[in-house]
Amino acid sequence: MNVGVIVFPGSNCDRDMFHVLSDVFHLNVEYCWHDKPLPKNLDAVVLPGGFSYGDRLRAGVIAAHSPIIQDVKKIAEKGIPILGVCNGFQILVESGLLPGVLLKNDSLNFMCEWTNLIVKNNQTPFTNQFELNQKIPIPIANGEGRYFVDDDTLIELEKNNQIVFKYDQVVNGSSNHIAGVCNEDGNVVGMMPHPERAVESEINPHDNKPSSLIFESLIKKMGVNN
Amino acid sequence: MVDYRVHVTIQNKPGISDPEGKTILNDLVLKGTHQNVSQINTAQMLKFVINETDKKTAQSTVQKICDELRIYNPMVSVVTIDVFDV
Repeated sequence: MNVGVIVFPGSNCDRDMFHVLSDVFHLNVEYCWHDKPLPKNLDAVVLPGGFSYGDRLRAGVIAAHSPIIQDVKKIAEKGIPILGVCNGFQILVESGLLPGVLLKNDSLNFMCEWTNLIVKNNQTPFTNQFELNQKIPIPIANGEGRYFVDDDTLIELEKNNQIVFKYDQVVNGSSNHIAGVCNEDGNVVGMMPHPERAVESEINPHDNKPSSLIFESLIKKMGVNN
Repeated sequence: MVDYRVHVTIQNKPGISDPEGKTILNDLVLKGTHQNVSQINTAQMLKFVINETDKKTAQSTVQKICDELRIYNPMVSVVTIDVFDV
């Protein structure tokens, strides 16, 4: 199973993601530079966290115009699993692959802390190994992480089961406590917290197993682990 | 063709919270002696210089750029575009 980790200028969680996918879950992983075409052989794509283009103008908006995003849109239509984490999530919403927008946190602070997620959709390629409403201890690290949608879109998201993760309490003022969403088909998932920082017991003071299920879900979905 | 200065102001739509504006109002201005201030909204301004045939075309070209490249996010923001002679 081949996973591409897209690297933009300013990505800084690409190596953590690469390490987790390759060393912890034993997948074939390759970096994909943003201005090169996406390799044809990928079974899944991850947009990692960071500060692409220094968050200039708005987090994720400049990276959303990168040449590789056109390829990401094409494979998204084919149903290939795509995960955006933190800045990767911001890029997915700014590129129109996911609904909504990520605004500055209500506190205006860069928030770097442990939170608890609640799984609200266990049908996606990244959540199929979870029980519904299962709790995930997981860290956030963002300044623009307040997910916002207007009321009509929120109703649509709920109707289409597109809310994947919610925080278990008010964290940053996001609409309906949303921490992660998916597209209508469910194959494109974006989340603000960092699963790649939570899957190893050495760096997780809580429980690393729930975060691991995000990657184990992908492996289960693809039906192969090499 | 003439150069025009075009100011693009991006601000939140009504109803979208603006915590920075609120903090400036409540924790700075209203803690001073300026009790007559009722609202402060923050905004982002981009200043373009564009070579165009006339002011109207300069305005519409910049509007098109803002829409095409998502210079502002239409879900939460509005833009106002003001054109000036250089």
